Amino acid sequence: MMEIGLNHYLVLSTILFAIGLVGVMRRKNLLLLFFATEILLNSVNIAFAAISHYYGDLTGQMFAFFVIAIAASEVAVGLGLLIVWYKRHGNIDLDTMSTMRG
Amino acid sequence: MFEAVAFYLFAFLTIAMFYIVVTTKQALYALTALAAGMIFISAFFFILGAEFLGAIQIIVYTGAVMALYAFGMMFFDTTRDVKEAQGNKFIITGLATLAAVLVVLIVSAPIISENITAYYPALPEVGNTQEVGMVLFTKYLVPFEVAAVMLLVAMIAGIVLAGKKMDLSITLMNDAEIHDMKIDQKLDQHKKVLS
Repeated sequence: MMEIGLNHYLVLSTILFAIGLVGVMRRKNLLLLFFATEILLNSVNIAFAAISHYYGDLTGQMFAFFVIAIAASEVAVGLGLLIVWYKRHGNIDLDTMSTMRG
Repeated sequence: MFEAVAFYLFAFLTIAMFYIVVTTKQALYALTALAAGMIFISAFFFILGAEFLGAIQIIVYTGAVMALYAFGMMFFDTTRDVKEAQGNKFIITGLATLAAVLVVLIVSAPIISENITAYYPALPEVGNTQEVGMVLFTKYLVPFEVAAVMLLVAMIAGIVLAGKKMDLSITLMNDAEIHDMKIDQKLDQHKKVLS
């Protein structure tokens, strides 16, 4: 209980990943859907860093860096698209995005 | 002892913050709780000895990503309550838990078999930042450059998408004005093609 091992971090990562997945499934607002995606990426980062620490290998930390870079660019492009959509339609609900007409 | 206390404290805080993010109806509360959760996650990186990753987590997530979200939320109507997708809560929670357990099993399967060897072992005599630099600029140089190109592409995409016609609001114009604007654009294009 008092000795923190790799399993503690993996269980924490599981819990955070489950919270993020619940958010992805129940949200309809696209902005809050993006928030849930950030939670997913962060929970995986914790697992990578913990495995990297407990096996003395830096590969996990490298992957965490690239995950952070991907998350940053995803936010930039996603928010740009969201702003364009909001300017045209006045809302960012998933249900209204059923058409693909330009 | 202190490691255990810090781990449980920050685990509780992170889970509470992220639970608020996925359950609250106010988008502003979700944004604030997400920023707090990001900072609490960087504490795990510091506990695990990955100081550089922890600093990057604070700078990139809380500094850049959250500022970008706050900037984006100025465009949206955030005072209105957020509507939820109507579904069976038990099915959603069950599926999410199952998927998360499967993901962790996939990640930990090679570890359980115990025949893992460190490709890039951490050196005890140098600090974490130095180790990261040595591995990143030798073995992972090509992915690093590709990530730089990807960030450049994302920056250009963000500027092109969000910076277009910042001076006029399409939502406040009526349909006739938007129609006139589109006809003007088509005329401009025809002029460019003819000239």
